[in-house]
Amino acid sequence: MSNVLVFAEHQHGKFPKTTLVGLAAGKQLAGLAGGKCIAAVLGERVDALAAELAEYGVDVLAAEGAAFAHYLADAHAAALAELVRTKGCEALVAAATAVGKDLLPRVAARLGVGMASDITGIVDAATFRRPMWAGNVIATVKVEGTPRVISVRSTAFDAAGRGGAKGAVEKTAVSPPAADTRMQFVEFAETKSDRPVLTEANIVCSGGRGLKNGENFTVILEPLCDALGAAMGASRAAVDAGFVPNDLQVGQTGKVVAPQLYVAVGISGAIQHLAGMKDSKVIVAINKDEEAPIFQVADYGLVADLFKAVPELTEEIKKLKSA
Amino acid sequence: MKILATAKRVPDPETVIKINAEGTGIATDNVKWVINPFDEIAIEEALRIREKVAGSEVVLVSIGPKTAQEQLRTGLAMGADRAALVLTDEPLEPLAVARVLQKLVEAEKPDLVVVGKQAIDDDANCAGQMLAALLGWPQATFASKVELAADQKSAKVTREVDGGLETLAVSLPAVITADLRLNEPRYASLPGIMKARKKELKEIPIAELGVDVTPRVKVTRLETPPKRSAGRKVTSVQELVQLLHNEAKVI
Ligand SMILES: Cc1cc2nc3c(=O)[nH]c(=O)nc-3n(C[C@H](O)[C@H](O)[C@H](O)COP(=O)(O)OP(=O)(O)OC[C@H]3O[C@@H](n4cnc5c(N)ncnc54)[C@H](O)[C@@H]3O)c2cc1C
Ligand SMILES: Nc1ncnc2c1ncn2[C@@H]1O[C@H](COP(=O)(O)O)[C@@H](O)[C@H]1O
Repeated sequence: MSNVLVFAEHQHGKFPKTTLVGLAAGKQLAGLAGGKCIAAVLGERVDALAAELAEYGVDVLAAEGAAFAHYLADAHAAALAELVRTKGCEALVAAATAVGKDLLPRVAARLGVGMASDITGIVDAATFRRPMWAGNVIATVKVEGTPRVISVRSTAFDAAGRGGAKGAVEKTAVSPPAADTRMQFVEFAETKSDRPVLTEANIVCSGGRGLKNGENFTVILEPLCDALGAAMGASRAAVDAGFVPNDLQVGQTGKVVAPQLYVAVGISGAIQHLAGMKDSKVIVAINKDEEAPIFQVADYGLVADLFKAVPELTEEIKKLKSA
Repeated sequence: MKILATAKRVPDPETVIKINAEGTGIATDNVKWVINPFDEIAIEEALRIREKVAGSEVVLVSIGPKTAQEQLRTGLAMGADRAALVLTDEPLEPLAVARVLQKLVEAEKPDLVVVGKQAIDDDANCAGQMLAALLGWPQATFASKVELAADQKSAKVTREVDGGLETLAVSLPAVITADLRLNEPRYASLPGIMKARKKELKEIPIAELGVDVTPRVKVTRLETPPKRSAGRKVTSVQELVQLLHNEAKVI
């Protein structure tokens, strides 16, 4: 059987866009493998989620249980490994989100099989493209043997759309992991924001060390984000300095984004930062140092003091939008 | 407590990476080799735990060529107690790394394993999770804070995840993978460097471990991604807005 299982991550009773991207990649892979794409959803209660998934034209495996109330790597990995085995799947796919990155390697090792992480392209059913060395090299890799475990870079594929024949939902009883208390969820300190999600936004404005402190993110960068309807991002330097929360970090070891427009403010353009944004459609850089490497990838570069230029830019954009 | 930490030998993050003439790997002339930055953080965390828990020991492991001795010596100079180098000239994929580490863990029986979240050469972000799976241990990845319980039987780990910070409680033994903000690694001091020369650095030919390291993922081609070219400089905010609106049509 050459079916492909897609792990469907959900948050607050919804599927983030990244899940739909994983689904699209899974469908593409199933097409190449000549099999079906099946989605797996795990949770305490997942009826509504499973029904929603079926709308995307895939069959759905729904596993419910208290052990899945919070995402925990051990229970989830055990369940997915069992589903891959019992359903005879040839591949397991998920988006390379924080959960995907935590979970998939654990499943791959449980199954003792090869894994390609953070793929940006599918060549054939067993061959993938993935960045290495901070995106300085694109490798083509062949995963030998089955099942294969694949995590997908969410900027590299379009999200799946609803449609096609509605899939069947099967409730599946994976052997409930024994009340394992060795890993326990304690709390989640969520970064609250009314702005678009960084990895889903059409426009991203990111700030770097050049903003000098957290307050300037609020008084200088936030108004620009709001005028553009943009998500806010940041460099590692800005996150390390505590200006903004960790989940705003864009780069090799942060989030990878590829919006229509990326505005880099007071960011020098280190290779590790570029690894997270250089596939954006249009890049704008605002930096007072005309030698800053960010200008080498920027479509439009403005050499200026950000403290003057950004408020001006915000005003001009507001004018344009109200015109 | 016994803590095992890893030190992979990788090119310095500042290195300009180029593919070699044969297209089989990266050109290594003029490359400065360092401890994988995330592993430095892992080692630092291990040392901080040792400083808190009397009688602890930090054991370093690297899997790689003979030259990886340099990285282990650096880790010993930071303060680790002893080191083991598993010798192989072939780069191993994360599953093979995890299998090798599993063997060492079974021999050393540490209470905690701290590895980096990601090696900055293969950018896989896999080995720690795979090791935890093979051992059947809890895992706490992308750690930005580790608080050991007073009885040293468990730890509370804050993790950098999408949308915020998650806290997990894991019982020990466990595998933790270090993220960037877990700590700031110390530099090796001069006395540290002197002392490191005398510390144990055991070499183990990989064949002696009897683990299956057959590659399951074969690299068939390496390419340089298309380069983005610099666009133009604009002279004013007004010009920028005009271009974004009329030329790029993104606002
Ligand atoms: C293992 C590893 C992983 C990493 N991962 C990431 C990652 O995921 N993401 C990431 O971003 N970085 C990452 N880095 C860090 C990266 O190498 C850089 O250090 C970082 O991106 C620099 O951030 P920055 O551009 O904000 O700061 P800087 O390099 O200090 O640049 C600040 C810029 O602001 C400009 N500036 C200052 N004042 C003004 C002003 N008034 N007006 C206009 N411009 C001004 C300056 O000219 C300068 O160009 C990583 C590094 C390592 C070693
Ligand atoms: N060859 C190696 N030697 C020592 N540790 C390694 C090696 N390869 C990977 N690791 C550890 O596993 C982590 C994750 O690696 P990776 O899955 O390759 O991104 C690294 O940060 C290291 O701590």
